Amino acid sequence: MLIVNSPVVETIQVHENIYIQKILSPEIARDIRPGQFLNIRVSETTNPLLRRPFSICDVDGDNIFIMFNVMGEGTKILACKQSGSFVDILGPLGNGFNLEDDYETAVFVAGGMGSAPFPYLTRKVKDSKKIISFVGGRSKNDLITYSLMNVHTSTDDGSEGFNGNIVQLLEKNLDKLTAEKIKIFGCGPNAMLKSLKDFCLKYDFNCEISTESAMACGFGICQGCPIESAANPDRYLLVCKDGPVFNSKDVVL
Amino acid sequence: MSNVDLSVSIGKLKLRNPIMLASGTVGYGNEISEFSDLNKLGAIVTKSLSLKPRKGNPPQRIVETPSGMLNAIGLANVGVDVFLKEKIPFLKKYDVPLVCNIAASTVEEFVECTRILDSEETIKAFEINVSCPNVKDGGLQFGNDIKAVGLVTSKVRAVTNKPLIIKLSPNVSYISEFAQVVKDEGGDAVSAINTLVGTAFNIVTKKPKIFNINGGLSGPAIKPVALAKVLEISRKVDVPIIGIGGIMNWKDVIEFMIVGASAVQIGTLNFIDPAAPERMIKELEDYCLSNGVNKISDLTASYII
Repeated sequence: MLIVNSPVVETIQVHENIYIQKILSPEIARDIRPGQFLNIRVSETTNPLLRRPFSICDVDGDNIFIMFNVMGEGTKILACKQSGSFVDILGPLGNGFNLEDDYETAVFVAGGMGSAPFPYLTRKVKDSKKIISFVGGRSKNDLITYSLMNVHTSTDDGSEGFNGNIVQLLEKNLDKLTAEKIKIFGCGPNAMLKSLKDFCLKYDFNCEISTESAMACGFGICQGCPIESAANPDRYLLVCKDGPVFNSKDVVL
Repeated sequence: MSNVDLSVSIGKLKLRNPIMLASGTVGYGNEISEFSDLNKLGAIVTKSLSLKPRKGNPPQRIVETPSGMLNAIGLANVGVDVFLKEKIPFLKKYDVPLVCNIAASTVEEFVECTRILDSEETIKAFEINVSCPNVKDGGLQFGNDIKAVGLVTSKVRAVTNKPLIIKLSPNVSYISEFAQVVKDEGGDAVSAINTLVGTAFNIVTKKPKIFNINGGLSGPAIKPVALAKVLEISRKVDVPIIGIGGIMNWKDVIEFMIVGASAVQIGTLNFIDPAAPERMIKELEDYCLSNGVNKISDLTASYII
Protein backbone atom coordinates (compact mmCIF):
# COMPACT_ATOMS: atom_id res chain seq x y z
CA MET A 1 0.00 0.00 0.00
CA LEU A 2 1.27 3.41 -0.98
CA ILE A 3 0.04 6.98 -0.96
CA VAL A 4 1.22 8.74 -4.11
CA ASN A 5 0.41 12.02 -5.78
CA SER A 6 0.21 11.19 -9.48
CA PRO A 7 -0.33 13.38 -12.54
CA VAL A 8 -3.37 12.95 -14.75
CA VAL A 9 -2.35 12.32 -18.37
CA GLU A 10 -5.80 12.68 -19.88
CA THR A 11 -9.47 12.31 -19.08
CA ILE A 12 -11.70 11.01 -21.84
CA GLN A 13 -15.48 10.98 -21.90
CA VAL A 14 -16.43 7.60 -23.32
CA HIS A 15 -20.18 7.70 -22.76
CA GLU A 16 -22.78 10.03 -21.40
CA ASN A 17 -21.47 10.66 -17.85
CA ILE A 18 -18.78 7.97 -18.08
CA TYR A 19 -15.11 8.86 -18.13
CA ILE A 20 -11.80 7.07 -18.40
CA GLN A 21 -8.86 8.74 -16.74
CA LYS A 22 -5.27 7.93 -17.59
CA ILE A 23 -2.86 8.60 -14.72
CA LEU A 24 0.94 8.34 -14.77
CA SER A 25 1.74 6.29 -11.70
CA PRO A 26 4.64 3.87 -12.15
CA GLU A 27 4.61 2.90 -8.45
CA ILE A 28 0.99 1.74 -8.62
CA ALA A 29 1.28 0.32 -12.15
CA ARG A 30 4.13 -1.94 -11.06
CA ASP A 31 2.20 -3.65 -8.27
CA ILE A 32 -1.48 -3.63 -9.05
CA ARG A 33 -3.37 -6.74 -10.17
CA PRO A 34 -6.75 -7.05 -11.94
CA GLY A 35 -9.61 -6.73 -9.47
CA GLN A 36 -7.71 -4.58 -6.98
CA PHE A 37 -8.77 -1.01 -6.37
CA LEU A 38 -7.52 2.47 -5.54
CA ASN A 39 -8.89 4.94 -3.01
CA ILE A 40 -8.51 8.40 -4.50
CA ARG A 41 -8.62 11.79 -2.80
CA VAL A 42 -9.83 14.22 -5.42
CA SER A 43 -9.34 17.41 -3.46
CA GLU A 44 -7.48 18.72 -0.42
CA THR A 45 -10.56 20.52 0.82
CA THR A 46 -13.00 18.90 3.25
CA ASN A 47 -15.80 18.66 0.71
CA PRO A 48 -15.64 15.94 -0.40
CA LEU A 49 -13.89 14.72 2.72
CA LEU A 50 -13.30 11.04 2.09
CA ARG A 51 -11.45 9.23 -0.66
CA ARG A 52 -13.43 7.52 -3.40
CA PRO A 53 -12.81 3.86 -4.33
CA PHE A 54 -12.21 2.98 -8.01
CA SER A 55 -11.38 -0.41 -9.45
CA ILE A 56 -8.34 -0.56 -11.64
CA CYS A 57 -9.60 -0.50 -15.22
CA ASP A 58 -6.35 -1.02 -17.09
CA VAL A 59 -2.60 -0.70 -16.83
CA ASP A 60 -0.30 0.11 -19.73
CA GLY A 61 3.37 0.53 -18.91
CA ASP A 62 3.64 3.24 -16.27
CA ASN A 63 0.07 4.43 -16.84
CA ILE A 64 -2.99 3.31 -14.93
CA PHE A 65 -6.60 3.82 -16.00
CA ILE A 66 -9.75 4.25 -13.95
CA MET A 67 -13.30 4.34 -15.28
CA PHE A 68 -16.04 6.20 -13.47
CA ASN A 69 -19.57 7.44 -13.66
CA VAL A 70 -20.12 11.05 -12.59
CA MET A 71 -22.42 10.56 -9.61
CA GLY A 72 -21.64 13.29 -7.08
CA GLU A 73 -19.21 16.00 -6.03
CA GLY A 74 -16.13 13.74 -5.97
CA THR A 75 -16.50 12.26 -9.44
CA LYS A 76 -17.49 15.68 -10.83
CA ILE A 77 -14.17 17.12 -9.64
CA LEU A 78 -12.32 14.09 -10.96
CA ALA A 79 -13.93 14.39 -14.40
CA CYS A 80 -12.67 17.98 -14.66
CA LYS A 81 -9.06 17.04 -14.01
CA GLN A 82 -7.07 17.26 -17.20
CA SER A 83 -3.40 16.89 -18.06
CA GLY A 84 -1.26 18.58 -15.42
CA SER A 85 -3.68 18.04 -12.52
CA PHE A 86 -2.81 15.58 -9.79
CA VAL A 87 -4.71 12.90 -7.95
CA ASP A 88 -3.78 11.55 -4.52
CA ILE A 89 -3.89 7.77 -4.76
CA LEU A 90 -3.91 5.24 -1.93
CA GLY A 91 -3.35 1.73 -3.19
CA PRO A 92 -3.21 -0.92 -4.48
CA LEU A 93 -5.98 -2.15 -2.20
CA GLY A 94 -7.79 -5.43 -1.65
CA ASN A 95 -7.19 -8.74 -3.30
CA GLY A 96 -7.51 -9.27 -7.02
CA PHE A 97 -8.95 -11.95 -9.24
CA ASN A 98 -7.29 -15.32 -8.95
CA LEU A 99 -5.77 -16.01 -12.37
CA GLU A 100 -4.08 -19.26 -11.41
CA ASP A 101 -7.18 -21.48 -11.47
CA ASP A 102 -7.43 -24.28 -13.99
CA TYR A 103 -9.67 -23.04 -16.81
CA GLU A 104 -9.53 -22.59 -20.57
CA THR A 105 -12.12 -19.91 -21.11
CA ALA A 106 -12.57 -16.76 -19.06
CA VAL A 107 -16.19 -15.60 -19.07
CA PHE A 108 -16.61 -11.97 -18.05
CA VAL A 109 -20.05 -10.91 -16.86
CA ALA A 110 -20.49 -7.17 -16.40
CA GLY A 111 -23.53 -5.12 -15.46
CA GLY A 112 -23.40 -1.34 -16.08
CA MET A 113 -20.26 0.15 -14.52
CA GLY A 114 -19.28 -3.42 -13.64
CA SER A 115 -17.30 -3.43 -16.88
CA ALA A 116 -14.62 -1.34 -15.15
CA PRO A 117 -12.18 -4.08 -14.03
CA PHE A 118 -12.37 -6.17 -17.21
CA PRO A 119 -10.08 -4.32 -19.64
CA TYR A 120 -7.11 -5.06 -17.37
CA LEU A 121 -8.23 -8.63 -16.81
CA THR A 122 -8.58 -9.02 -20.58
CA ARG A 123 -5.05 -7.72 -21.07
CA LYS A 124 -3.70 -10.21 -18.51
CA VAL A 125 -5.42 -13.37 -19.74
CA LYS A 126 -5.98 -12.89 -23.48
CA ASP A 127 -2.74 -14.58 -24.54
CA SER A 128 -3.38 -17.76 -22.58
CA LYS A 129 -7.19 -18.08 -22.40
CA LYS A 130 -10.19 -17.76 -24.62
CA ILE A 131 -12.39 -14.86 -23.56
CA ILE A 132 -16.14 -14.37 -23.81
CA SER A 133 -17.60 -11.10 -22.47
CA PHE A 134 -21.24 -10.67 -21.50
CA VAL A 135 -22.19 -7.04 -20.97
CA GLY A 136 -25.59 -5.96 -19.68
CA GLY A 137 -27.33 -2.69 -18.97
CA ARG A 138 -30.75 -1.15 -18.56
CA SER A 139 -30.60 0.39 -22.02
CA LYS A 140 -28.13 0.59 -24.90
CA ASN A 141 -26.61 3.77 -23.45
CA ASP A 142 -25.62 1.82 -20.34
CA LEU A 143 -23.62 -0.80 -22.21
CA ILE A 144 -19.90 -0.33 -21.61
CA THR A 145 -17.84 -2.53 -23.88
CA TYR A 146 -14.59 -0.52 -23.82
CA SER A 147 -11.55 -2.75 -24.53
CA LEU A 148 -13.52 -5.99 -24.17
CA MET A 149 -13.30 -8.97 -26.52
CA ASN A 150 -15.90 -11.30 -27.98
CA VAL A 151 -18.80 -9.29 -26.57
CA HIS A 152 -22.43 -10.38 -26.16
CA THR A 153 -24.85 -7.76 -24.88
CA SER A 154 -28.21 -7.62 -23.19
CA THR A 155 -30.48 -4.73 -22.26
CA ASP A 156 -33.47 -4.69 -19.95
CA ASP A 157 -35.45 -2.64 -22.45
CA GLY A 158 -34.32 -4.54 -25.54
CA SER A 159 -32.76 -1.46 -27.15
CA GLU A 160 -29.64 -3.45 -28.02
CA GLY A 161 -28.64 -7.11 -27.94
CA PHE A 162 -30.63 -9.70 -26.03
CA ASN A 163 -33.85 -8.40 -24.46
CA GLY A 164 -33.52 -9.35 -20.80
CA ASN A 165 -30.94 -9.41 -18.06
CA ILE A 166 -27.38 -10.63 -18.31
CA VAL A 167 -27.92 -13.86 -16.38
CA GLN A 168 -30.81 -14.79 -18.66
CA LEU A 169 -28.43 -14.24 -21.57
CA LEU A 170 -25.88 -16.56 -19.92
CA GLU A 171 -28.56 -19.20 -19.48
CA LYS A 172 -29.42 -18.90 -23.17
CA ASN A 173 -25.75 -19.49 -24.05
CA LEU A 174 -25.38 -22.41 -21.69
CA ASP A 175 -24.29 -24.82 -24.42
CA LYS A 176 -21.30 -22.58 -25.19
CA LEU A 177 -20.35 -22.48 -21.53
CA THR A 178 -20.68 -26.15 -20.66
CA ALA A 179 -18.66 -27.26 -23.67
CA GLU A 180 -15.47 -25.91 -22.16
CA LYS A 181 -13.60 -25.58 -18.90
CA ILE A 182 -14.70 -22.12 -17.88
CA LYS A 183 -14.31 -19.67 -15.06
CA ILE A 184 -16.79 -16.87 -14.59
CA PHE A 185 -15.72 -13.40 -13.43
CA GLY A 186 -18.59 -11.10 -12.45
CA CYS A 187 -18.86 -7.44 -11.56
CA GLY A 188 -21.95 -5.28 -11.29
CA PRO A 189 -24.81 -4.28 -9.02
CA ASN A 190 -25.57 -6.51 -6.04
CA ALA A 191 -28.83 -7.85 -7.47
CA MET A 192 -26.98 -8.96 -10.60
CA LEU A 193 -24.20 -10.59 -8.57
CA LYS A 194 -26.77 -12.43 -6.50
CA SER A 195 -28.46 -13.92 -9.54
CA LEU A 196 -25.06 -14.70 -11.08
CA LYS A 197 -24.09 -16.51 -7.89
CA ASP A 198 -27.33 -18.56 -8.00
CA PHE A 199 -26.73 -19.35 -11.68
CA CYS A 200 -23.18 -20.57 -10.93
CA LEU A 201 -24.36 -22.71 -8.03
CA LYS A 202 -27.07 -24.25 -10.20
CA TYR A 203 -24.65 -25.23 -12.96
CA ASP A 204 -21.61 -25.71 -10.75
CA PHE A 205 -19.42 -23.03 -12.34
CA ASN A 206 -16.36 -21.65 -10.62
CA CYS A 207 -17.12 -17.95 -10.17
CA GLU A 208 -15.38 -14.94 -8.71
CA ILE A 209 -17.26 -11.71 -8.17
CA SER A 210 -16.01 -8.21 -7.54
CA THR A 211 -18.21 -6.52 -4.94
CA GLU A 212 -18.63 -2.89 -3.96
CA SER A 213 -19.59 -1.02 -0.83
CA ALA A 214 -19.52 2.40 0.70
CA MET A 215 -16.25 2.70 2.61
CA ALA A 216 -14.05 5.32 4.21
CA CYS A 217 -10.47 4.07 4.45
CA GLY A 218 -10.24 1.13 2.00
CA PHE A 219 -7.68 -0.78 4.09
CA GLY A 220 -9.57 -2.26 7.00
CA ILE A 221 -9.58 0.25 9.83
CA CYS A 222 -12.95 1.98 9.48
CA GLN A 223 -14.93 -1.29 9.35
CA GLY A 224 -17.41 0.52 7.14
CA CYS A 225 -17.83 -2.10 4.41
CA PRO A 226 -19.16 -5.36 5.87
CA ILE A 227 -20.34 -8.24 3.69
CA GLU A 228 -22.00 -11.37 5.04
CA SER A 229 -19.74 -14.43 5.12
CA ALA A 230 -21.13 -17.79 3.98
CA ALA A 231 -18.77 -19.73 6.23
CA ASN A 232 -19.20 -17.78 9.45
CA PRO A 233 -22.51 -16.05 10.23
CA ASP A 234 -21.02 -14.60 13.43
CA ARG A 235 -18.70 -12.19 11.73
CA TYR A 236 -18.73 -10.04 8.64
CA LEU A 237 -16.03 -10.00 6.02
CA LEU A 238 -14.81 -6.60 4.83
CA VAL A 239 -15.22 -5.70 1.16
CA CYS A 240 -12.01 -3.64 1.20
CA LYS A 241 -9.65 -6.11 2.81
CA ASP A 242 -11.15 -9.58 2.47
CA GLY A 243 -12.44 -8.60 -1.01
CA PRO A 244 -13.41 -6.82 -3.12
CA VAL A 245 -13.08 -10.06 -5.12
CA PHE A 246 -14.64 -13.12 -3.52
CA ASN A 247 -15.43 -16.59 -4.73
CA SER A 248 -19.19 -16.33 -5.13
CA LYS A 249 -19.62 -19.27 -2.73
CA ASP A 250 -17.90 -17.40 0.10
CA VAL A 251 -20.33 -14.51 0.55
CA VAL A 252 -24.04 -14.07 1.15
CA LEU A 253 -25.51 -11.39 -1.09
CA MET B 1 18.64 18.28 18.17
CA SER B 2 15.82 20.65 18.88
CA ASN B 3 15.16 22.03 22.31
CA VAL B 4 11.42 21.72 22.13
CA ASP B 5 9.87 19.39 24.70
CA LEU B 6 6.89 17.77 23.02
CA SER B 7 6.13 15.40 25.87
CA VAL B 8 2.82 15.66 27.70
CA SER B 9 1.20 14.03 30.72
CA ILE B 10 -2.35 12.86 31.07
CA GLY B 11 -2.42 12.23 34.78
CA LYS B 12 -0.02 9.35 35.30
CA LEU B 13 0.21 8.58 31.60
CA LYS B 14 3.33 10.07 30.02
CA LEU B 15 3.41 10.52 26.25
CA ARG B 16 6.33 11.53 24.06
CA ASN B 17 4.04 13.93 22.20
CA PRO B 18 0.36 14.88 22.25
CA ILE B 19 -0.66 12.97 19.09
CA MET B 20 -2.81 9.94 19.85
CA LEU B 21 -4.77 7.88 17.33
CA ALA B 22 -8.44 7.59 18.23
CA SER B 23 -10.35 4.42 18.92
CA GLY B 24 -12.10 2.94 15.90
CA THR B 25 -9.79 4.67 13.44
CA VAL B 26 -6.67 2.59 13.92
CA GLY B 27 -8.01 -0.98 14.28
CA TYR B 28 -5.42 -2.82 16.34
CA GLY B 29 -2.46 -1.04 14.80
CA ASN B 30 -1.30 -3.37 12.03
CA GLU B 31 -2.87 -1.65 9.01
CA ILE B 32 -1.82 1.84 10.03
CA SER B 33 1.75 0.67 10.66
CA GLU B 34 2.17 0.41 6.87
CA PHE B 35 1.85 4.19 6.61
CA SER B 36 3.24 5.43 9.86
CA ASP B 37 5.97 4.61 12.37
CA LEU B 38 3.85 3.80 15.42
CA ASN B 39 6.85 4.39 17.68
CA LYS B 40 6.84 8.08 16.82
CA LEU B 41 3.25 8.60 18.00
CA GLY B 42 2.10 9.72 21.43
CA ALA B 43 -0.23 6.75 21.88
CA ILE B 44 -2.70 4.57 20.05
CA VAL B 45 -6.16 3.70 21.27
CA THR B 46 -7.61 0.35 20.20
CA LYS B 47 -10.93 -0.26 18.56
CA SER B 48 -13.53 -0.63 21.34
CA LEU B 49 -13.24 -4.06 22.92
CA SER B 50 -16.15 -5.92 24.46
CA LEU B 51 -16.20 -9.07 26.58
CA LYS B 52 -17.48 -11.21 23.69
CA PRO B 53 -16.85 -10.62 19.97
CA ARG B 54 -19.42 -8.34 18.34
CA LYS B 55 -20.51 -8.70 14.74
CA GLY B 56 -21.52 -5.06 14.41
CA ASN B 57 -24.30 -3.50 12.36
CA PRO B 58 -25.35 -4.65 8.88
CA PRO B 59 -24.43 -2.43 5.94
CA GLN B 60 -24.71 0.42 5.14
CA ARG B 61 -22.54 1.56 8.01
CA ILE B 62 -21.12 4.86 6.82
CA VAL B 63 -22.09 7.84 4.71
CA GLU B 64 -20.31 11.06 3.94
CA THR B 65 -21.93 14.35 4.96
CA PRO B 66 -20.70 17.93 4.40
CA SER B 67 -17.15 18.04 5.81
CA GLY B 68 -17.90 14.96 7.87
CA MET B 69 -19.11 11.41 7.95
CA LEU B 70 -21.72 9.43 9.82
CA ASN B 71 -20.83 5.98 11.05
CA ALA B 72 -22.81 3.26 12.74
CA ILE B 73 -20.34 0.38 12.91
CA GLY B 74 -22.00 -1.04 16.00
CA LEU B 75 -18.78 -1.75 17.91
CA ALA B 76 -17.73 -4.64 15.67
CA ASN B 77 -14.72 -6.15 17.44
CA VAL B 78 -12.90 -9.39 18.16
CA GLY B 79 -13.58 -9.46 21.90
CA VAL B 80 -11.03 -9.35 24.72
CA ASP B 81 -9.87 -12.99 24.49
CA VAL B 82 -9.00 -12.87 20.78
CA PHE B 83 -7.48 -9.42 21.32
CA LEU B 84 -5.09 -10.76 23.95
CA LYS B 85 -4.23 -13.87 21.94
CA GLU B 86 -4.00 -12.53 18.39
CA LYS B 87 -3.64 -8.73 18.45
CA ILE B 88 -1.39 -8.04 21.44
CA PRO B 89 1.65 -9.93 19.99
CA PHE B 90 1.84 -7.43 17.11
CA LEU B 91 1.41 -4.43 19.41
CA LYS B 92 4.09 -5.75 21.79
CA LYS B 93 6.69 -5.14 19.09
CA TYR B 94 6.21 -1.40 19.43
CA ASP B 95 7.26 1.06 22.02
CA VAL B 96 4.11 3.19 21.76
CA PRO B 97 1.79 3.51 24.75
CA LEU B 98 -1.25 1.36 24.10
CA VAL B 99 -4.59 2.53 25.44
CA CYS B 100 -7.38 -0.04 25.43
CA ASN B 101 -10.82 1.29 24.70
CA ILE B 102 -13.58 -0.73 26.34
CA ALA B 103 -17.25 -0.81 25.41
CA ALA B 104 -19.95 -2.69 27.28
CA SER B 105 -23.66 -2.90 27.83
CA THR B 106 -23.58 -3.21 31.61
CA VAL B 107 -21.43 -1.94 34.47
CA GLU B 108 -20.44 -5.54 35.24
CA GLU B 109 -19.20 -6.04 31.68
CA PHE B 110 -17.05 -2.88 31.86
CA VAL B 111 -15.53 -4.17 35.08
CA GLU B 112 -14.96 -7.69 33.77
CA CYS B 113 -13.29 -6.47 30.55
CA THR B 114 -10.98 -4.17 32.50
CA ARG B 115 -10.11 -6.89 34.99
CA ILE B 116 -9.18 -9.34 32.20
CA LEU B 117 -7.05 -6.79 30.33
CA ASP B 118 -5.42 -5.25 33.40
CA SER B 119 -2.74 -7.93 33.79
CA GLU B 120 -1.43 -7.37 30.24
CA GLU B 121 1.57 -5.11 30.71
CA THR B 122 1.53 -3.83 27.11
CA ILE B 123 -1.68 -1.97 27.96
CA LYS B 124 -0.72 1.32 29.55
CA ALA B 125 -4.15 2.84 30.16
CA PHE B 126 -7.87 2.29 29.71
CA GLU B 127 -10.35 4.48 27.89
CA ILE B 128 -13.92 3.67 28.83
CA ASN B 129 -16.44 4.23 26.05
CA VAL B 130 -19.61 5.29 27.83
CA SER B 131 -20.73 7.21 24.81
CA CYS B 132 -21.02 5.09 21.67
CA PRO B 133 -24.20 6.34 20.01
CA ASN B 134 -24.70 3.29 17.82
CA VAL B 135 -25.51 0.44 20.13
CA LYS B 136 -29.08 0.16 21.29
CA ASP B 137 -28.51 -1.81 24.46
CA GLY B 138 -25.99 0.37 26.20
CA GLY B 139 -23.85 3.22 25.12
CA LEU B 140 -26.20 6.12 24.85
CA GLN B 141 -27.96 5.49 28.16
CA PHE B 142 -24.61 5.39 29.92
CA GLY B 143 -23.29 8.47 28.20
CA ASN B 144 -26.41 10.49 29.04
CA ASP B 145 -26.83 9.29 32.59
CA ILE B 146 -24.58 11.08 35.01
CA LYS B 147 -25.12 8.51 37.78
CA ALA B 148 -24.26 5.66 35.41
CA VAL B 149 -21.05 7.41 34.29
CA GLY B 150 -20.12 7.91 37.94
CA LEU B 151 -20.86 4.28 38.77
CA VAL B 152 -18.86 2.90 35.82
CA THR B 153 -15.93 5.14 36.74
CA SER B 154 -15.86 4.05 40.39
CA LYS B 155 -16.37 0.33 39.67
CA VAL B 156 -13.69 0.22 36.96
CA ARG B 157 -11.38 2.31 39.15
CA ALA B 158 -11.62 -0.40 41.77
CA VAL B 159 -10.12 -3.07 39.49
CA THR B 160 -7.22 -1.20 37.90
CA ASN B 161 -4.39 1.06 38.96
CA LYS B 162 -3.62 2.02 35.38
CA PRO B 163 -4.60 5.47 34.13
CA LEU B 164 -8.36 5.54 33.64
CA ILE B 165 -9.80 7.78 30.94
CA ILE B 166 -13.53 8.18 30.40
CA LYS B 167 -14.61 9.07 26.85
CA LEU B 168 -17.51 11.49 27.13
CA SER B 169 -20.54 11.99 24.96
CA PRO B 170 -21.19 15.44 23.49
CA ASN B 171 -24.89 14.61 23.30
CA VAL B 172 -25.57 16.15 26.72
CA SER B 173 -26.41 19.65 27.93
CA TYR B 174 -23.41 20.19 30.23
CA ILE B 175 -20.45 17.97 29.51
CA SER B 176 -18.51 19.54 32.40
CA GLU B 177 -20.90 17.94 34.90
CA PHE B 178 -19.92 14.55 33.53
CA ALA B 179 -16.24 15.42 33.69
CA GLN B 180 -16.68 16.46 37.33
CA VAL B 181 -18.27 13.09 38.18
CA VAL B 182 -15.42 11.26 36.48
CA LYS B 183 -12.91 13.18 38.58
CA ASP B 184 -14.90 12.69 41.79
CA GLU B 185 -15.12 8.94 41.23
CA GLY B 186 -11.41 8.49 40.66
CA GLY B 187 -11.02 8.81 36.90
CA ASP B 188 -7.66 10.22 35.77
CA ALA B 189 -8.77 12.01 32.61
CA VAL B 190 -11.57 12.52 30.10
CA SER B 191 -11.62 12.23 26.33
CA ALA B 192 -13.89 14.78 24.66
CA ILE B 193 -15.69 14.31 22.43
CA ASN B 194 -17.17 11.13 21.03
CA THR B 195 -19.29 11.51 17.88
CA LEU B 196 -22.46 13.59 17.68
CA VAL B 197 -25.72 11.80 16.90
CA GLY B 198 -26.83 12.51 13.35
CA THR B 199 -28.70 11.05 10.44
CA ALA B 200 -29.07 11.38 6.67
CA PHE B 201 -31.94 10.38 4.37
CA ASN B 202 -32.21 9.58 0.69
CA ILE B 203 -34.66 12.05 -0.83
CA VAL B 204 -35.80 9.64 -3.55
CA THR B 205 -36.37 6.47 -1.52
CA LYS B 206 -37.18 8.42 1.69
CA LYS B 207 -35.11 5.84 3.57
CA PRO B 208 -32.21 6.46 5.97
CA LYS B 209 -28.81 6.26 4.31
CA ILE B 210 -27.43 4.03 7.04
CA PHE B 211 -29.01 0.85 8.36
CA ASN B 212 -28.95 1.98 11.99
CA ILE B 213 -30.87 5.18 11.01
CA ASN B 214 -28.73 7.29 13.35
CA GLY B 215 -24.97 7.39 13.24
CA GLY B 216 -22.12 9.22 14.89
CA LEU B 217 -20.98 12.37 13.11
CA SER B 218 -17.23 12.94 12.94
CA GLY B 219 -14.77 14.93 10.87
CA PRO B 220 -14.03 18.65 10.59
CA ALA B 221 -17.77 19.45 10.70
CA ILE B 222 -17.75 18.80 14.46
CA LYS B 223 -14.52 20.62 15.38
CA PRO B 224 -16.17 23.83 16.66
CA VAL B 225 -18.52 21.77 18.86
CA ALA B 226 -15.61 19.73 20.21
CA LEU B 227 -13.57 22.86 20.96
CA ALA B 228 -16.50 24.37 22.88
CA LYS B 229 -16.94 21.17 24.92
CA VAL B 230 -13.22 20.99 25.75
CA LEU B 231 -13.23 24.65 26.76
CA GLU B 232 -16.30 24.12 28.96
CA ILE B 233 -14.61 21.26 30.82
CA SER B 234 -11.34 23.15 31.05
CA ARG B 235 -12.97 26.20 32.64
CA LYS B 236 -15.02 24.25 35.15
CA VAL B 237 -13.16 21.07 36.12
CA ASP B 238 -9.54 20.43 37.03
CA VAL B 239 -9.07 17.22 35.06
CA PRO B 240 -6.76 16.37 32.16
CA ILE B 241 -8.60 16.46 28.83
CA ILE B 242 -7.83 14.59 25.62
CA GLY B 243 -9.31 16.70 22.82
CA ILE B 244 -11.01 14.90 19.93
CA GLY B 245 -13.13 16.08 17.05
CA GLY B 246 -12.34 16.77 13.43
CA ILE B 247 -8.61 17.43 13.70
CA MET B 248 -7.23 17.69 10.15
CA ASN B 249 -3.83 19.31 10.70
CA TRP B 250 -1.32 20.58 13.27
CA LYS B 251 -3.10 23.91 13.61
CA ASP B 252 -6.17 22.11 14.89
CA VAL B 253 -3.99 20.34 17.46
CA ILE B 254 -2.68 23.67 18.76
CA GLU B 255 -6.21 25.05 18.89
CA PHE B 256 -7.42 22.09 20.98
CA MET B 257 -4.48 22.50 23.35
CA ILE B 258 -5.12 26.22 23.76
CA VAL B 259 -8.74 25.59 24.82
CA GLY B 260 -7.67 23.02 27.39
CA ALA B 261 -6.51 19.71 25.90
CA SER B 262 -3.37 18.05 27.29
CA ALA B 263 -3.25 15.74 24.28
CA VAL B 264 -5.43 15.07 21.25
CA GLN B 265 -6.73 12.13 19.29
CA ILE B 266 -6.79 11.98 15.52
CA GLY B 267 -9.77 10.06 14.16
CA THR B 268 -11.47 10.47 10.81
CA LEU B 269 -8.28 11.86 9.24
CA ASN B 270 -6.68 8.41 9.60
CA PHE B 271 -9.15 7.13 7.00
CA ILE B 272 -8.12 9.81 4.53
CA ASP B 273 -4.43 10.30 5.17
CA PRO B 274 -3.06 7.65 7.55
CA ALA B 275 0.41 9.18 7.29
CA ALA B 276 -0.76 12.59 8.52
CA PRO B 277 -0.52 12.11 12.31
CA GLU B 278 3.19 11.27 12.16
CA ARG B 279 3.80 14.30 9.91
CA MET B 280 2.05 16.56 12.40
CA ILE B 281 4.59 15.81 15.11
CA LYS B 282 7.32 17.55 13.11
CA GLU B 283 4.95 20.39 12.24
CA LEU B 284 4.10 20.89 15.93
CA GLU B 285 7.81 21.07 16.71
CA ASP B 286 8.28 23.69 13.99
CA TYR B 287 5.40 25.73 15.40
CA CYS B 288 6.91 25.61 18.87
CA LEU B 289 10.34 26.62 17.58
CA SER B 290 9.05 29.59 15.67
CA ASN B 291 6.75 30.73 18.48
CA GLY B 292 9.18 30.43 21.35
CA VAL B 293 7.32 27.55 22.99
CA ASN B 294 9.83 25.44 24.94
CA LYS B 295 7.37 22.92 26.29
CA ILE B 296 4.30 22.12 24.25
CA SER B 297 2.44 21.29 27.44
CA ASP B 298 2.58 25.01 28.29
CA LEU B 299 -0.03 25.51 25.58
CA THR B 300 -2.65 23.53 27.48
CA ALA B 301 -5.43 25.86 28.63
CA SER B 302 -3.39 28.89 27.60
CA TYR B 303 -6.49 30.61 26.27
CA ILE B 304 -6.94 34.30 26.87
CA ILE B 305 -10.58 35.17 27.37
